[in-house]
Amino acid sequence: MTKLAPVLSAHWDEKDSFTIAAYTRNGGYKASAKALAMDPDAVIQLVKDSGLRGRGGAGFPTGMKWGFIPQGDEKDHYLVINADESEPGTCKDTPLLMANPHVLIEGCIIACHAIRAKHAFIYIRGEVTHVVRRVNQAIEDAYKAGHLGKGIDVVLHVGAGAYICGEETALLDSLEGFRGQPRLRPPFPAIAGLYARPTVVNNVESIASVPAIIANGAEWYQGMGTEKSKGTTLYSLSGHVNNPGQFEAPLGITLREILELAGGVRTGHKLKFWTPGGSSTPLFTDEHLDVPLDYEGVSAAGSMLGTKALQIFDETTCVVRAVLRWTEFYKHESCGKCTPCREGTWWLVQILRDLENGVGTEADLAKLLDLCDNIMGRSFCALGDGATSPITSSIKYFRDEYLAHLTNGGCPFDPVKSTLFSGASA
Amino acid sequence: MTTTQENTTAQAVELITVVIDGFEVSVPKGTLVIRAAEKLGIQIPRFCDHPLLDPVGACRQCLVDIEINGRAFPKPQASCTIPVEPNMIIKTQLTSPVAEKAQRGVMELLLVNHPLDCPVCDKGGECPLQNQAMSTGNAETRFQGVKRTFEKPVAISSQVLLDRERCVLCARCTRFSDQIAGDPFITLNERGALQQVGIYENQPFESYFSGNTVQICPVGALTGAAYRFRARPFDLVSTPSACEHCASGCDMRTDVRRGKTLRRLAGDDASVNEEWNCDKGRWAFKYVTAVDRLITPLVRGADGVLAAASWPDALAAASAGIKGKRTAVLVGGRATTEDAYGYSKFARIALGTNDIDFRTRVTSDEERDFLAAKIVGSTTTYHDIDVADHVVLIGFEPEEESPIVFLRINKQVRKRALKVSAVATKLSIGVEKLKANFIKVAPGAESAAVTSLELTGKSVILIGERASETAGLLSTIASVADKTGAKIAWIPRRAGERGALEAGAIGSLLPGSRPVSDAAARVDIAAVWGVPTLPANPGRTTSEIIDALDSGNLDAVVIGGVDPLDMPNSATALAALKKSFVISLEIAASAVTDLADVILPVAAVTEKSGSFLNWEGRPRAFDAAVSDSLNRSDLRILSALADVMGESIALGTVTQAAREIASLGKWDGARVKLSNVAATGAKSISNNEALLTSWRRLLDLGTLQKGEANLAGTARKSVAVISPKRAQSLGVKDGDILRVSNSHGSISLPALVEDIHDDAVWVPRNSFGTQTLISLNAVHGDVVSVVKA
Amino acid sequence: MAYAPEQLQVMDSMIKRYPRSRSAIMPLLHYVQSISGYVTNEGIELIAKLLALETAEVSAVASFYTQYKRKPVGEYHVGVCTNTLCAVMGGDAIFAALKEHLGVENDGVTPDGKVSLEHIECNAACDYAPVVMANWEFYDNQDVSSAKDLVDSMRKGTPKPPTRGPNSLVTWKEASAVLAGINDGKAGEGLQAGGPTLLGLKLSKEGK
Repeated sequence: MTKLAPVLSAHWDEKDSFTIAAYTRNGGYKASAKALAMDPDAVIQLVKDSGLRGRGGAGFPTGMKWGFIPQGDEKDHYLVINADESEPGTCKDTPLLMANPHVLIEGCIIACHAIRAKHAFIYIRGEVTHVVRRVNQAIEDAYKAGHLGKGIDVVLHVGAGAYICGEETALLDSLEGFRGQPRLRPPFPAIAGLYARPTVVNNVESIASVPAIIANGAEWYQGMGTEKSKGTTLYSLSGHVNNPGQFEAPLGITLREILELAGGVRTGHKLKFWTPGGSSTPLFTDEHLDVPLDYEGVSAAGSMLGTKALQIFDETTCVVRAVLRWTEFYKHESCGKCTPCREGTWWLVQILRDLENGVGTEADLAKLLDLCDNIMGRSFCALGDGATSPITSSIKYFRDEYLAHLTNGGCPFDPVKSTLFSGASA
Repeated sequence: MTTTQENTTAQAVELITVVIDGFEVSVPKGTLVIRAAEKLGIQIPRFCDHPLLDPVGACRQCLVDIEINGRAFPKPQASCTIPVEPNMIIKTQLTSPVAEKAQRGVMELLLVNHPLDCPVCDKGGECPLQNQAMSTGNAETRFQGVKRTFEKPVAISSQVLLDRERCVLCARCTRFSDQIAGDPFITLNERGALQQVGIYENQPFESYFSGNTVQICPVGALTGAAYRFRARPFDLVSTPSACEHCASGCDMRTDVRRGKTLRRLAGDDASVNEEWNCDKGRWAFKYVTAVDRLITPLVRGADGVLAAASWPDALAAASAGIKGKRTAVLVGGRATTEDAYGYSKFARIALGTNDIDFRTRVTSDEERDFLAAKIVGSTTTYHDIDVADHVVLIGFEPEEESPIVFLRINKQVRKRALKVSAVATKLSIGVEKLKANFIKVAPGAESAAVTSLELTGKSVILIGERASETAGLLSTIASVADKTGAKIAWIPRRAGERGALEAGAIGSLLPGSRPVSDAAARVDIAAVWGVPTLPANPGRTTSEIIDALDSGNLDAVVIGGVDPLDMPNSATALAALKKSFVISLEIAASAVTDLADVILPVAAVTEKSGSFLNWEGRPRAFDAAVSDSLNRSDLRILSALADVMGESIALGTVTQAAREIASLGKWDGARVKLSNVAATGAKSISNNEALLTSWRRLLDLGTLQKGEANLAGTARKSVAVISPKRAQSLGVKDGDILRVSNSHGSISLPALVEDIHDDAVWVPRNSFGTQTLISLNAVHGDVVSVVKA
Repeated sequence: MAYAPEQLQVMDSMIKRYPRSRSAIMPLLHYVQSISGYVTNEGIELIAKLLALETAEVSAVASFYTQYKRKPVGEYHVGVCTNTLCAVMGGDAIFAALKEHLGVENDGVTPDGKVSLEHIECNAACDYAPVVMANWEFYDNQDVSSAKDLVDSMRKGTPKPPTRGPNSLVTWKEASAVLAGINDGKAGEGLQAGGPTLLGLKLSKEGK
């Protein structure tokens, strides 16, 4: 049985955990002091050695990303924090920033030092007013305490409702004051990012993990997790489970283990399908309960670790309805730049809506899959790819359920049964 | 005559060899895959790609499979965004089933929301979407859903209509407006499937270059009001042509159906206009078919009334009026080189005079000498702008007065932050867009600023015709250029002026830079023309001709394509013409034809062949677009008139004239010397007085814009511009009415408080409600009174 | 409307946060909403002027982001998450019930101007599903009747406090000011974390 390992979440249960007083009380801002006394390259090396990988979904080694920033180029460098947490099911950075914004700020100080940046920007999605308050206050307090403003500045930038801005180049365009549409790569942000200057874009959780790594050393971090997926991370369990929530555990824990901690799937029901890392990661079923939830394990089983957003759906849930709704999300959030994503999601929604209503034939499933084939890998960015994941994976596992909609002349499920308040009169 | 020599800088270009569909091709480093394929004749379908716009990779139509050094990209790549690399192997739709399916897939998706209104769409028959749907699409649609609908069409300016249903969101139009024109008035709005091109509701798409977006739209989403629903492309006869509207020298295409021009498009000339033109060039052509067009010769009878006459009668009357009389020639700046040459030869042979001037506008003797000394035969080109270290604008507003020069400077500003300086009194929209160093001077005080410019041998000074309005300015420029080695170019507003200068349609020069005062030069030309001698006295200038007509020192004038309202003292000019025997060669009724004794109708540009020399001195030849016109060129009519007079000039056809011009050879004798004219500086002003400055805007009351209401709708609003300081002292804010006046008259316009010299007031020279030459008889630097109305 | 000098000063300070002025377009749009309740034409024209942009460039940005409204919303803007997980667990039912209860459609505003309703996408609180947002504050673990009570309290002018947020719900305009980066002094209010956020930590302390 894998044991939980709260590092990021270690002090969240202290009522004032978000204040600078609490953070300092718990040893905060010592790691940045330590790092600032180190050679920047040594900091990069330490983070490389720790094995920390990006927690935003792609799992790219954080230290290596920092190492791509050209040194001695006499250009301004920038650190940009991607706090635009919007992937359906993903809910880790938001509670983290609500409970402990200072750990991110301290991480920013360390990362800025390492990549020789004087400016960090924290790009937070706009739909979380209280998180914005907490981060803004934390920045103010960090300035007052002298952690910021002495060579390193942090600016809060609030988004305004666009999932695509979680894509790093779209985020940069948005931060520069443009429509948040992805940029051509190359050039990559490490060479020409914000204002065409070398830029590191990191997820909140990645940077928040850095102070503990500096404080405790690379070996300590290395000691947790699996061979290629080191350290601890936040698993966000939601949906049809008895006790949803955040579970910080070493990488490689399984859903079976987490479900056990969470008191299992909703009482009287059984697991039907789940996402390992948000809606853009292909669905898993109860076949995948023992897949190690690390980058390699999930990938080997045909999906992606993504944001470790474990959305659990029990047998009362219509998979066609679930997939339709996700597809509507992608259609709503498509930036419109490229044809496959813009037009493809428009079409996919129409086909899925028909199927959910029992309109269509089996041939429509083939059409759906072919359409996904024409979108996947043909779009400008990963949003279009992600839009196809729920469709192709659900047809793979639940083809019969799609067909049942056709033979049944509509959805065979009672939506009331899958609500949380199904017992009450809805 | 001058022919421009291309500065072919033979830089060593690194070539990269790649394999496309099994064929090797070597292309310069940096070439995009899609263009490397074109070199092999492999056409990869595309929409958003445009060679003159930054790659965007948005439409995804051009996906191909690529591998480098044996490592394949995991998914097909947009060939419009990827530069070639050594050892690249590219498989297009021709050899890769994956690329082929990807392209079909994208095409299918593009058509999902595209309306099936091809039968009523202007683009039908010349539509990249239609064509590529044939090559890359499926015969049957699999889409059974609901198409996206929008209100259609919406007018985004008085001349451009937008049909969002047809739009494939390639963003060519928005990228053009932003990257090329510097006018991001149209943008992509909303997002996802609702993303759409649009304007901000209170600011229409009023860019001088908006027509280019209609031309590069790969579907029928953007259409021009003037052409909409007028024709099918396959019913049009297209003729390569050259633009007559300014000296930029745009290559054009004129599309004609049944003898009538229905549209004009920008042609493709990489060294001049690339693939662009301005809206005036594109959309101002109805003057050719205007109701007041002259069709038959007219002769004023004894009763003083003009009556239709046969050509022989009209030519006889014309001949009788000038033969043996003291006659001068005025030819407007819009004549083709061949026509100007005809006037030039006609004056010398048939009239025995050098009294000829093409500068029928505000001008000076200093300018005449400057042109003869420095400009005739000069070879500064667009390419010099491309490689300049500094471009200086003097008496010249490129966006208003030579829009393609503006685009070329803007390109370099965007590409490599080219340093631009503008010596001017008022900061203009165009100069602001060029991020130019605005050297603010009082009108008349330009010379001092020119002297302190930082210039090198790689700098280019672009001089507008308005530089002649400040005494001593051209002399100063010439001396600064001599000192620093900076290149100079003179950019007149009218298409024919450089050609006319080279053709000797000016009193001091014979064709091909030859000074009239030089006996050897006269012998040269006399030999070609087969005459024993040529008149040796340098001829009169435009104002001297007018004065001589007025005072009776001249009896008659042959006048072609001149608008007397372009001249200073136009009332005097008209009075002088009234006293004289006037032969008018014109296309339409004008102030001149109103008082002419003989009117000889001539062909408009689209009805004849010929050429212009643009500001570079580059020939821009064109054929008749309307092949069955009965109208004849000025040249042919002058030749016929000379024959009737018994003084043949032997120029029966444009070809003949062109051949003769080519045979003149180079003049390597001495040039006219520029005698220095001292700068006088700005005039002094007292309370409520200001120094006038003004220029003509691209879209205004110009005669060639007659009848183009849609185009006129996008013209910049007429305003009187004063500085914040003057506004404060007058108690005026934006929009209040200002009255600009002098003893001749007044102009009242809404005020605009902007960056202008405190001593100055700016009004448009010939715009709606503001014709400074007519109302005020005032030019640059003249004192006017400015008060709140 | 004309902007007051102190408002222009605030805008100027927003522009100065960034190395390049154009970056300020988003906070400025939030700020315009905090003054007028939505992105007005005056706001767009002012921002264009301040940032030396064309108005089309500003409106293009404004129209890209769903939080920028081009027409007035309610004093309390209610968003019901109807992304898959919340929808399945009750979000659809809540949204349908609120539409009926308020008598408005999606994006509608009640006639008294108090409440507007919008279905929203995943708001990063899935462990608290079904989630309702008001002026982008969290109302966790909602059901049909709690959501109705919530909007009723808003219409009465005494909105219930957010479950994870300040002690009382601020107005749409006040929230917009926070999103523009203005500190309203309420960061210290409310829970540091809700129950689900702390579940793993609690279990770990129990030795799991």
